[in-house]
Amino acid sequence: MNWALFPQFFVTGLLNGGPIALVALGLVLIFKSSKIFNFAQGHILMLGTFTAWWLLTQAALPTWAGIGLALVVVMLMGFAIERVALRPLVGQPLLSIILMTLALSQVMQGGAILLFTAQQRRFPQLFPLEPYKLPEITIGETTVRIILKQNLVWSFVIAMVAVVLFALFFQYTRMGLAMRATAEDHQLARSIGLRVNHIFGLAWAISGVVATVGGILLASLSGLGLELSIIALKAFPAVLLGGLESIPGAIIGGLAIGAIEALVQGLPKDSTIRSMWPIAPYIVLVIALIVRPEGLFGLKRIERI
Amino acid sequence: MLRVNNIEVVYNEVILVLRGVSLAVDDGQIVTLLGANGAGKTTTLKAISGLLSTELGEVTRGTIEFDGQRIDRLPPEEIVRLGVVQVMEGRRLFQHLTVEENLLTGALIRSDKAQIAQDLEQVYTFFPRLKDLRRRIAGYLSGGEQQMLVIGRALMARPKVMLLDEPSLGLAPLVVQEIFEVIRRINRENGTSILLVEQNAQVALDIASYGYVMENGRIVLDGPAEELRENEDIKEFYLGLTELGQRKSYREVKHYKRRKRWLG
Ligand SMILES: Nc1ncnc2c1ncn2[C@@H]1O[C@H](COP(=O)(O)OP(=O)(O)OP(=O)(O)O)[C@@H](O)[C@H]1O
Ligand SMILES: [Mg+2]
Repeated sequence: MNWALFPQFFVTGLLNGGPIALVALGLVLIFKSSKIFNFAQGHILMLGTFTAWWLLTQAALPTWAGIGLALVVVMLMGFAIERVALRPLVGQPLLSIILMTLALSQVMQGGAILLFTAQQRRFPQLFPLEPYKLPEITIGETTVRIILKQNLVWSFVIAMVAVVLFALFFQYTRMGLAMRATAEDHQLARSIGLRVNHIFGLAWAISGVVATVGGILLASLSGLGLELSIIALKAFPAVLLGGLESIPGAIIGGLAIGAIEALVQGLPKDSTIRSMWPIAPYIVLVIALIVRPEGLFGLKRIERI
Repeated sequence: MLRVNNIEVVYNEVILVLRGVSLAVDDGQIVTLLGANGAGKTTTLKAISGLLSTELGEVTRGTIEFDGQRIDRLPPEEIVRLGVVQVMEGRRLFQHLTVEENLLTGALIRSDKAQIAQDLEQVYTFFPRLKDLRRRIAGYLSGGEQQMLVIGRALMARPKVMLLDEPSLGLAPLVVQEIFEVIRRINRENGTSILLVEQNAQVALDIASYGYVMENGRIVLDGPAEELRENEDIKEFYLGLTELGQRKSYREVKHYKRRKRWLG
């Protein structure tokens, strides 16, 4: 590796990880509250992002109105999925529920093709294009230059703002408290009067919203098509790396996945490892899980007699 | 106000656990439900609070009424909202939340902010130790502190009836005393009715005005607490005293004898 380029790749990778972290956050939220691993996450955000695209370009709404409305649509979709598809399965084996999320993903894929066609779309530019140049630093012989695309920086900033907003909601509001309580113990939650079904619905709604914010940021960076749903495949190792139930873990996992991909891409052109960059996160995941099966930030079980 | 009328409870559609249990808790009363392990005390409380349905249990016969309304078909979260809160056996709390967060979860069904803050203060005056521990993660509290916390959490719901399942279990006598003192105050100061399940008949009959004794899914004896305290069987089997006032082991007493006296 050309070490002078290392910081460039590393920082770019971290910034790329911002939207992945958002998608991962959504996955963790659903898993934490209802123990369901949502394989339809990528398709929900793909549909949400297409909706935003349609509202912005076809309906020609102003940026904030279009995106805001799209997020409302995804939120309703989240509530609807919980109510219609998952609530009837309460008490059924976990496998049925997982298969349901897979089936949902296929239904949404079909829905997206019907509504928006399979055509590749250009998502409206949300941020200026000209790059930021960081001041050069010279260490001995090497000069380190970091050039960052402005839209990449802004998408990262927005992703992190979304993370912080969510964390504040989760930590400091009554609804957040209800969600945290439900995540710990469903029976106990019901015994204090919480309607856990509503809380699952809320988890699906919020999860869809944060993931769609990630999807919109990605689409504004690199275009929009059905393959946007594949981004969730990067979020899977991110959440496993972070430990499935840990929200900070999901964020750090997402950023780590971005950084790992970029670093492998930064290897010399002729190395075989470099061409493996798309699977690099999974390789790291396998190693990490062997070393720490509960994930890097897995919840410690409190054992007290 | 709370009336259990001749209920039968079945788990998993086959296991018959309660066979015709009736009891009543009047406004502002403390009633205790005594009985050996496996008698069906917890099942009775869960039938009232609706938690039975979360464990594949069902009231298959009889009715449960609260303030004149039938509640035996309602889900637990709705029964809580009517004012009947169960404090489950074994100090069930949200382990990863702080003490204060745990208390506040009890008030999530309410929206009267100012009153919630007041009630939180009340819990802290009842259990000053919880105030010192308010920022601690609940899972690391001692058993006694956890019991205080779960009672405090129930209090935060402003219940009309509190169902307490063995609050003295595994606690040192001094802590039991402290907790029962608070139970008495909750009853007196807030007017909350209490249905108390206990193995510790001594403390239970001390605090209660009426008592029921359960065996094998049936109520075998009931009466005012002072009468039960004087009852020879209770003395022998629950207070651990023989007629001479000596301690006697539970096992020494022949099973048939107990049944005969109570059923006959
Ligand atoms: N979820 C369940 N499924 C099947 N059987 C159950 C279930 N819960 C309790 N039982 C059975 O019902 C009977 C009464 O149990 P219950 O827990 O009500 O007794 P208890 O009086 O509370 O006893 P303890 O003093 O030990 O807590 C027991 O025989 C128990 O095995
Ligand atoms: Mg019990």
